[in-house]
Amino acid sequence: MDAVNLTIDGLSVEVPRGSTILDAASKLGIDIPTLCHHPDLAVKAVCRVCVVEVEGQRVLQPACAYPVAEGMQVKTNTARVREARKTVVELMLAHHPQDCLQCERNQNCELQSLAYRLGVREISFPYIERDLPIDELSPAMKRDPNKCINCRRCVSVCHDIQGVGALESVNRGFDTVVTAPFWRSIAEISCVTCGQCVLVCPVGAITERDDTEQVWAALANPQKHVIVQTAPAIRVSIGEELGLPVGTRVTKKLTAALRRLGFDRVFDTDFSADLTIWEEGNELLHRLSTGGTLPMLTSCSPGWIKYIEHYYPELLDHLSTCKSPQQMFGALAKTYYAEKAGLDPADIVMVSIMPCTAKKFEAGRPEMSDSGYADVDVVLTTRELGRMLREAGIDFSGLPEEEYDEPLGISTGAGAIFGASGGVMEAALRTVYELVTGKELENVNFEDVRGLEGIKSATVSLPIPEAAAAGDKATNNGVSELEVKVAVAHSLQHAKTLMEQIRAGKAEYQFIEVMCCPGGCIGGGGQPIPTNTEERTLRIKAIYEEDAGMPLRKSHDNPAVKTLYKEYLGKPLGEKSHQLLHTHYEPREKF
Amino acid sequence: MAIPKEQLDSVKERVIQIVSQNGAKEEALLQILHDIQADDNSLSEAELLQVARALDIPLSRVYGVATFYSLYSVQPRGKFIIRICESAPCHIVGARAVISAFEEALGIKMGETTTDGKFTLEATSCLGVCGVAPAVMINDEVYGNLTPDKVVEVLAEYDADEA
Repeated sequence: MDAVNLTIDGLSVEVPRGSTILDAASKLGIDIPTLCHHPDLAVKAVCRVCVVEVEGQRVLQPACAYPVAEGMQVKTNTARVREARKTVVELMLAHHPQDCLQCERNQNCELQSLAYRLGVREISFPYIERDLPIDELSPAMKRDPNKCINCRRCVSVCHDIQGVGALESVNRGFDTVVTAPFWRSIAEISCVTCGQCVLVCPVGAITERDDTEQVWAALANPQKHVIVQTAPAIRVSIGEELGLPVGTRVTKKLTAALRRLGFDRVFDTDFSADLTIWEEGNELLHRLSTGGTLPMLTSCSPGWIKYIEHYYPELLDHLSTCKSPQQMFGALAKTYYAEKAGLDPADIVMVSIMPCTAKKFEAGRPEMSDSGYADVDVVLTTRELGRMLREAGIDFSGLPEEEYDEPLGISTGAGAIFGASGGVMEAALRTVYELVTGKELENVNFEDVRGLEGIKSATVSLPIPEAAAAGDKATNNGVSELEVKVAVAHSLQHAKTLMEQIRAGKAEYQFIEVMCCPGGCIGGGGQPIPTNTEERTLRIKAIYEEDAGMPLRKSHDNPAVKTLYKEYLGKPLGEKSHQLLHTHYEPREKF
Repeated sequence: MAIPKEQLDSVKERVIQIVSQNGAKEEALLQILHDIQADDNSLSEAELLQVARALDIPLSRVYGVATFYSLYSVQPRGKFIIRICESAPCHIVGARAVISAFEEALGIKMGETTTDGKFTLEATSCLGVCGVAPAVMINDEVYGNLTPDKVVEVLAEYDADEA
């Protein structure tokens, strides 16, 4: 390793060449304040909060971008540095609305913390109100550019990580602000509503649309039967939102907390994740044996769906027609469950707790009403549920452990791993293997498709029983084995790579899982802030622990799903399934 | 769809032609925008969207560039853009009176466009002709040694030119 020695505040440190002053300082335990800097995004060096004195340099230099050099002398804590940092923050505050007490990010705002930490007690500049239009048209997110401090993190995540580029820094000088082209609402453009911008925003300039009032109103209405489903990723993140260590699994406290809030039934999206595998696994086998469009693409992630509708409308046939688990759940809640419980579906309010802002958009799609009603009435993010629990004064840690309600709360480990990138694929493989081979899968862990690598792939050999192989066209030249090549992508830049392969006819895969957000739903736009690689890694670990701890780990073993088919749906891909559990997609323009 | 299809179609051919003349690369964006703006001194949403599509880059990036540089405008502007120098040498020798004369003669304020779409008044930094201050540029033509009276004469040159 090519090492560089330098001195920071009189302390010697050795770091690899190419490190920044910020890296070197952090090794010494010196915490240089930053604002535009983000551990998972490109260096921008636009905020100038991290300035330091470098010997021999006339002006202060940004530690986040300045590369170290041999013998360099750096001072991070001089009067000049402190003054400059304070001035930088004061200038930001001079056109940042002073409504911290009412702001959604109050107490979780990097600008607020910085102002406190740097000892800003007065602002030496007159306040200039920008009076920019607030965008509240999207069902998923709200943008208040008046609060924008031009750090460009959202621009970076939207362009570089998601390959969408809905937002950009526009104008110049004092008028510079991040917005959509021509000040369009994000609801009008090809924003996929993934909410990654919300996660990286240091202030309250982009937030989810808050739908908690609707839920409070439903819970207070005695005429309504209010039921809730919780996405797989919530059980490993709601604890964190409420102050527990990152990656704490709180499944059984979550159910108790929801009952305390007043939900009439507490159900689990993991149940419909298992159901999704029954439908999607059979759809894959059907496509394989009938020469259907391949590779088949998973359809659980609504940000991903909106992306392909805007950016690759000609490839929509590749998408599985399966609705997402959230929407399957909603459709069944207002039909199967309503019938079983003797309820008028008009009186049921279906609330979902999702790690996702795009789920709000998905629930509002006009076609998502196959039950005759809106299948899902309100979608809350992890953060909104946290807000409700705090407001209700529920002592989360002190809650007893409770189970989900039956039958729509019964699930397997395969349903749980839907929350992490690779999980839908792994769950599908566990089931498809047994469907095809008729044998029991000994090792249910498909490690190749797990983890944070951008694109993961695997080849799975499925030995076909002799009798079936004889007449099966899918066998390779008479070899009684079905080889399935699969790929998994998370974050849309990686999905784009695979889509380009498909477009060019060069994708060798039969089945591809795409999750819109980095790391999958555990890293979704509705998750606790911050959600960085560090948090994502710990939540993924928790998801697989959840899976490992379940008595059943294959979706087709879910007894409640079996009963559902027996009592109501008939068979996978049957008429009723098509009516309630499958959907179609809409080509959208790229704008 | 945010922009009517007819609008998009009406600019498509010209944009594609300009893009291909400049080489369909993101590096050519500045020149492409200049050429597109040449017809009416402004860049419309439909034009920028067609540029974005032709270069396969996000519209936001094109819009960001178009709003960063002051020579581009995403607002409709007049056929003739009167750029009045507001740097110190012109200021000292009477630029303010020249501005007032233009504003009065055209009935608009700085930054505005006449209702007939003929003239837009803009401020500019130094035009590099301080020897003939105060100076203005009308499109590509420079006028120096201006006084309020001369402003009227200069404008008279454009009388025959229909908007």
